[in-house]
Amino acid sequence: MAKMNVIFDRCKGCELCTTACPKQIVAIQHEKRNKEGVFTAYCTDDDACIGCAMCAMMCPDCAIIIEN
Amino acid sequence: MAVKFQRPHSLCDVRLHYCAGCTHGIIHRLVAEVIDEMGIEGTTVGVCPVGCSVFAYNYFNCDMIEAPHGRAPAVATGVKRARPDLNVFTYQGDGDLAAIGTAETVHAATRGENIVVIFVNNGTYGMTGGQMAPTTLPGQVTTTSPYGRDPKTAGYPVRVCEMLSTLSGTALAVRTAVDSVPHIRETKKMIRKAFENQQRGNGFSIVEVLSTCPSNWGLTPKESIKRLQEECIPYYPLGVYKDVEIAEANADLLAMGGAAK
Amino acid sequence: MEKVLMKGNEALAEAAIRAGCKCFFGYPITPQTELSEYLAKQMPKRGGVFLQAESEVAAINMVLGAAGTGTRVMTSSSSPGISLKSEGISYIAGSDVPCLIVNVERGGPGLGSIQPSQQDYWQATKGLGHGDFHLIILAPNSVQEVVNLVTKAFDLGEKYRMPVMLLSDGLLGQMMEPVEFPEITPSQADNSAWAACGTKMEREHHIVNSLYIEALDLEEQVKRRYERYAKIEETEAMAETYLCEDADIIVTAFGATSRVAKSAVNKARAEGIKAGLFRPITLWPFPKAELNAACKNAKAVLSVEMNMGQMIDDVKLALDCRLPVSFFGRTGGVVPSPKEVLEELRKLNGGAQ
Repeated sequence: MAKMNVIFDRCKGCELCTTACPKQIVAIQHEKRNKEGVFTAYCTDDDACIGCAMCAMMCPDCAIIIEN
Repeated sequence: MAVKFQRPHSLCDVRLHYCAGCTHGIIHRLVAEVIDEMGIEGTTVGVCPVGCSVFAYNYFNCDMIEAPHGRAPAVATGVKRARPDLNVFTYQGDGDLAAIGTAETVHAATRGENIVVIFVNNGTYGMTGGQMAPTTLPGQVTTTSPYGRDPKTAGYPVRVCEMLSTLSGTALAVRTAVDSVPHIRETKKMIRKAFENQQRGNGFSIVEVLSTCPSNWGLTPKESIKRLQEECIPYYPLGVYKDVEIAEANADLLAMGGAAK
Repeated sequence: MEKVLMKGNEALAEAAIRAGCKCFFGYPITPQTELSEYLAKQMPKRGGVFLQAESEVAAINMVLGAAGTGTRVMTSSSSPGISLKSEGISYIAGSDVPCLIVNVERGGPGLGSIQPSQQDYWQATKGLGHGDFHLIILAPNSVQEVVNLVTKAFDLGEKYRMPVMLLSDGLLGQMMEPVEFPEITPSQADNSAWAACGTKMEREHHIVNSLYIEALDLEEQVKRRYERYAKIEETEAMAETYLCEDADIIVTAFGATSRVAKSAVNKARAEGIKAGLFRPITLWPFPKAELNAACKNAKAVLSVEMNMGQMIDDVKLALDCRLPVSFFGRTGGVVPSPKEVLEELRKLNGGAQ
């Protein structure tokens, strides 16, 4: 199983990661704003993540760490 | 679990000042990944421009020099001539490289200056608030082309790779984009090739990366990627405009009676 | 030590190589031509770099790059070319990196003329680019002094981490004089605290930069630079005095013009006019204390220059206007003659009596 970790305060909520995910399991959460005041990206289904890191490659802010 | 993907070491662990969705951050990371993978952080000097990436000296962990607007290739020439043992790259935007710094760019290329130039083309002056750049597309609205760029009065966009590929000193002239993961992978491959060219003494290598500017294009980051794909890439076709190593290999093949690649 | 006959421009170039200059970046312009041509021949043979840039603008930025790595580097030009270099000079000053800039002055403004002039005094001492900054300005008056000051220029630049200008002119550059090159072992100041030459993964990265986006940060940076300037003003001013002790009239002149002035002073003395010569060797810092000391018995001062009157401002400021200061100069590439200066001294002497 792989894991997508978003560095909460580095994410700018630009949504580019959501366009890159082949499983379409990256989205923007609308519950908690970070210190920049933006809603951040998250993985909607950890079990479905294949750790391909495409979201991280698309991220302009190095705000995504992939573990597997 | 092991970390599979994270920030490269040669990119400083700081928040980038770029707007949300600005692809400068991707290109910074790719340069840093290549520096890490080649193990050259300790022997690299970067030269940053004037423009949105002016603060790049705060983002790369290697030694950095801040150049006046457009002069990065001249500054890099000074570094490389003084210290040929160092790996030297410039990181420049389109206003910097293709307008005010045209002479420095063209002459560094024609001298075959053994440096890497990362050219980020987003068709606008971002830092000053979205004025018309030398690479602004015909019809594109900017703050200084408020009725759309009219080639009759404002001239035509400069196609940098095509122009530089005519010069004998250019070793590599390639245009890529960062609109998708496959293109990002290709961009990284080309940046690596550019740095390897420098280590092999091949001469001037430029990687032009088509980029976005959501804030000044007046689009969301996702819409900006779409515009990049639908409007910019057709005007600025991606591809290798010159690769001296392929040209030499082909010449050898032809000399031996074989077919060129 | 053997004396050789050399043009000022060539002697300067030779002295630079002997002083350990490793890189030269320039662009052709008269009347500094022999300087770059000499280096084009010699640098490749003696382990240095000679590169002809596409413009003065590019050349000075190449200097910034090389200086940023902590390498001894220089450029040379003549007046219109220095105007083009002023952008880079401001950045070099703002980035606190040392280098040597040579201006072999010619007539201006605009394309002006290719004849000798001192019309760039203001530019050199007050206006070499935008922002609050100074360069140390050295003004030799003989080929031998050109040679002696080149090493000093590199050393001062590295000591204070700032660009230094050697202000020559078409006359000094073109004329031949016997000259000897003192034995020197080039020494380079330790630049390991700031040079951008690769971290070797052993230290934090160095940033050579003149941008401070926060106003208070920039103010702090400029103030620190001005503390260095204050120390330079205290300790590095240089001047030559000649027959000043009992002089009624002090002639002030720098560079090639000071030799004309000296002839005039000698002629005046032969006529019984008590004249003396004060020659600033550093134009910035201007040798204020030295001038005041030289003028302690004087009743009048005459500033002789190859321009319409530029250094006279600093002479008046240094004297706080306590003495009448008059001016004589020729401009546009015309060199004043000793006879003309003598005539001015006679007038002043008559006025003084």
